[in-house]
Amino acid sequence: MKKTFSRSLQTTIIFLVVGGILALALGGFFSSASDSLGSSLVAVQTWVSERYITIRDFFNAPNDIVSLQQRNAQLESEISGLQTQVIQLQQQLTDTQVLAALVDFSQSSPESVYKAASVIGRDPSPFLHYIIINSGSNDGIRRGMPVVTNQGLVGRVDAVISDAARIQLITDPASAVNVRLQNADTDALLAGSLTGDLALEMISQDLEVQEGDVILTSGLGGDYPPDILVGQLFNLRKRDYELFQEASAQSTVDFSRLEIVLVIMNFKPVDIVPLIPVETP
Amino acid sequence: MKELIALPLLSLILVIQLAIVSRIPLLGGYADLMLVTLAAWSLQDRVETSWHWAIFGGILMGWTSALPWFVPLLGYLLMVAISRLLVRRIWQAPLLALFVVVFLGSLIVHIISAITLRLLGTSFSIADALSIITLPSLLINLFLALPAFPILRDLAVWIYDIEEDL
Repeated sequence: MKKTFSRSLQTTIIFLVVGGILALALGGFFSSASDSLGSSLVAVQTWVSERYITIRDFFNAPNDIVSLQQRNAQLESEISGLQTQVIQLQQQLTDTQVLAALVDFSQSSPESVYKAASVIGRDPSPFLHYIIINSGSNDGIRRGMPVVTNQGLVGRVDAVISDAARIQLITDPASAVNVRLQNADTDALLAGSLTGDLALEMISQDLEVQEGDVILTSGLGGDYPPDILVGQLFNLRKRDYELFQEASAQSTVDFSRLEIVLVIMNFKPVDIVPLIPVETP
Repeated sequence: MKELIALPLLSLILVIQLAIVSRIPLLGGYADLMLVTLAAWSLQDRVETSWHWAIFGGILMGWTSALPWFVPLLGYLLMVAISRLLVRRIWQAPLLALFVVVFLGSLIVHIISAITLRLLGTSFSIADALSIITLPSLLINLFLALPAFPILRDLAVWIYDIEEDL
């Protein structure tokens, strides 16, 4: 009985002491002591927390780097795949634009029948300006047919096999095209060269020709149909002691970037060789 | 039997020449991959089929080019003749021989081409041809000869079962 009373008394005393301390603390009597204790606890807490974070990072960081590297590699792979798709789509867009331009061109000249063909190669000799296309006699292509793009005259078919044909470009040094200057309404001869430059020859000295004049095929000689755009005249040279004026021509076709061409299927070149008089001894 | 590799190999080289090499000009000239291949092949030790390769390669090039068919054939045969002559004299310096053969072979092919075109009525300036076509082509051919020689040496080792230390 005495022992139970003693415990109850101890508990009561402890509660009273604690309650008294709390009452004093709430009353502001322990503020300086509680502040210093609190700040010490915060400092210790901060130190422990920082050490814990450091240790946790030490153990976790390598795993994160590996996972990040894997993720980075995965994303780079996806980027390269997307870049490939972009390039393919750009190529398709370019092809589509070229084809659309060719369709527009063929619709603007309904009198001609065209056969589109891809350029698959160039002549192995640098002395010549020829291209090879992937359509041949199986597609109805015959020697002498003119070849154009939506930009203008390209050349004519020089040789044909079953599935391919060789085209002589108008820039070839052996090429000569009878042309007409639209503004001056006169004929001239367009000749190719080793460098791929075009020269206008046989322009009469009497004519007033200006730079920028449009050059069209004249149809003379029967090699090409008339009125196909060839290019523009520039760099006119007129010398009094020469029989003819000379000039350079700027083709409307970029021959270094030919990809798709149109063969005019319904034009039959005329062979005028038998009509040329032969000198008899 | 392994020597028949020449047929697909030279055909492949022709395709690469037409589709790729001829589209990469330096001024007006570009490389002659067939010529470089034939030159590198004809300078390999123990190779006895260089004449056959030259004939086949020349016919292929003559068939596809707008030049008369005999121009590349004649040029390549003359180049192989020079090569066989040199291989016996300066065989200890194959790279030097390769450069000499490629240089002379390119010149020969271009000279024959120019003469033939002039005879056929095509007018052009020889000086233009030299500066715009021949010199750039020579440069590219010599540049291509460097990797071509070890590749064809490996091919010769495979075909003729030559020891590697050669």
